[in-house]
Amino acid sequence: MLITQLKSKETIESLAEGKIVIINCHGCKEVYFAEHEADELQKELAASKEVTQIITTDYICNPDNLKLQLKKHMDKINAADTILVFSCGVGIQTVAAQFEDKHVYSCCDTYPLPGFQGVTPLNVDCGQCGECYLNGTGGICPITACSKSLVNGQCGGAKNGKCEVDKDMECGWERIYRKLEKLNKLDAMKYDAPKVRNFGISEIQTAE
Amino acid sequence: MRITELFQRDEFVLTAEVGPPKGVEIDHLIKDAHEYLKTRVHALNVTDNQSSVMRTGSLATCKVLKDEGLLPIFQITCRDRNRIALQSDVLSAALLGIENLLLLTGDYTTLGDNPQAKPVFDLDSVSLIHAVKRLEEGFDLAGNAVDGAPPKFAKGAVVSPCSDSVDVQLAKMEAKVKAGCEYFQTQGVYEPEKFIKFMEQAKQFGVPVQLGLIIPKNVGMCRYMNANVAGVHVPDDMIEELKADKEKTKAGDTGVEICARLIKECKDYCQGVHIMSLGWENRIPEILDMAGIAPVSK
Repeated sequence: MLITQLKSKETIESLAEGKIVIINCHGCKEVYFAEHEADELQKELAASKEVTQIITTDYICNPDNLKLQLKKHMDKINAADTILVFSCGVGIQTVAAQFEDKHVYSCCDTYPLPGFQGVTPLNVDCGQCGECYLNGTGGICPITACSKSLVNGQCGGAKNGKCEVDKDMECGWERIYRKLEKLNKLDAMKYDAPKVRNFGISEIQTAE
Repeated sequence: MRITELFQRDEFVLTAEVGPPKGVEIDHLIKDAHEYLKTRVHALNVTDNQSSVMRTGSLATCKVLKDEGLLPIFQITCRDRNRIALQSDVLSAALLGIENLLLLTGDYTTLGDNPQAKPVFDLDSVSLIHAVKRLEEGFDLAGNAVDGAPPKFAKGAVVSPCSDSVDVQLAKMEAKVKAGCEYFQTQGVYEPEKFIKFMEQAKQFGVPVQLGLIIPKNVGMCRYMNANVAGVHVPDDMIEELKADKEKTKAGDTGVEICARLIKECKDYCQGVHIMSLGWENRIPEILDMAGIAPVSK
């Protein structure tokens, strides 16, 4: 089972730029989704920002299903500057891959719980790290797309864009760099304090 | 001594790499270091379980070299240790008087001779540089105070100028500089024009860079590197050069000539040379002589 926890209101507000489409995923029974809190936060966002559409659907991790579910909203999506996704880490990666030219941001952190992990396709994976990195990496997960789960950029082991661990695997950080380049967001890789993972929060926090 | 002091004095900084043995018989390494390296390079990099092959430790070997009157550079990778062990080893280095560090992410475990090992990568090269900088400021990575006078190191890292995605490498280099990296050694360079172009872009960071050289021993090694070693490409004409006179190449003379030529072509664009001789330490004096680089004054 997974638990998705909303990122802070300040974080989400800082991501909400221009015309905004919000996508909520209420798919898997195995994923706890903070429905009420998300709803409240989205109402507040709509009051202060230009939210053009709020879509609530299911199984956005499945690219074909995602395409089908979003069909009737494509006018709004095409006109949007930002897509905010409230889902597990797999869902947001699938949306980011579907809309290569859009700024797609994750509004949730995903934590693991023991048990069945939900119905997810194999092309992307969520490491359930509890501190979702996707907003600084163009929607490509450095935890699962990089063999070493590096969070501060490419190691010296990539050759011809492939990973040193598996020559059939694309270097995750090369993919991230190219995606950020395309989005004109390479500044996302220029930050003052290096990112340091917190393995102490990878277990669900019960009391807060 | 910290090798950053040499860069500050505008010295052309020379370093060579030595690999600890798989075992504790280290006499050969010490003998070679005295015979071929002591008067020719400023400092010796000691590799940390290079290529994920388990060997005697870098820190212990650094201490042995220091006791022999040589200046060691402690290479540390993030592959085998979490942040507790990494920070602890950095403090241990300070305790032993080892002041030069080269901070690396490290090769993946499955590339080595214990492929069943758990890959750690709790930190990476950038966050490790940051952690060392924090220790120098008197704090560990979690923000806890470190007792007494904080240690001070020369913090180095690596970069691949001839990578097929040099822009991605430059972004990482910038992150390392921001984290506190004070000097760079490069992956093996065989294409001077690529290196010079890289240096044009890298000089904006204002951090000294040492040209990395791997002595090309034979055609097979070059072909292997071209197929398997990231950031390394030996051009076809250089492979032809190695093929041309088989006896000369077998004697090692072609590789020595190539390295000397690379130094001559690149030295005006960088602040030093780092030679990875892979067992051919005895050829380093010839390379430097041929490149017109005088013995170091100590």
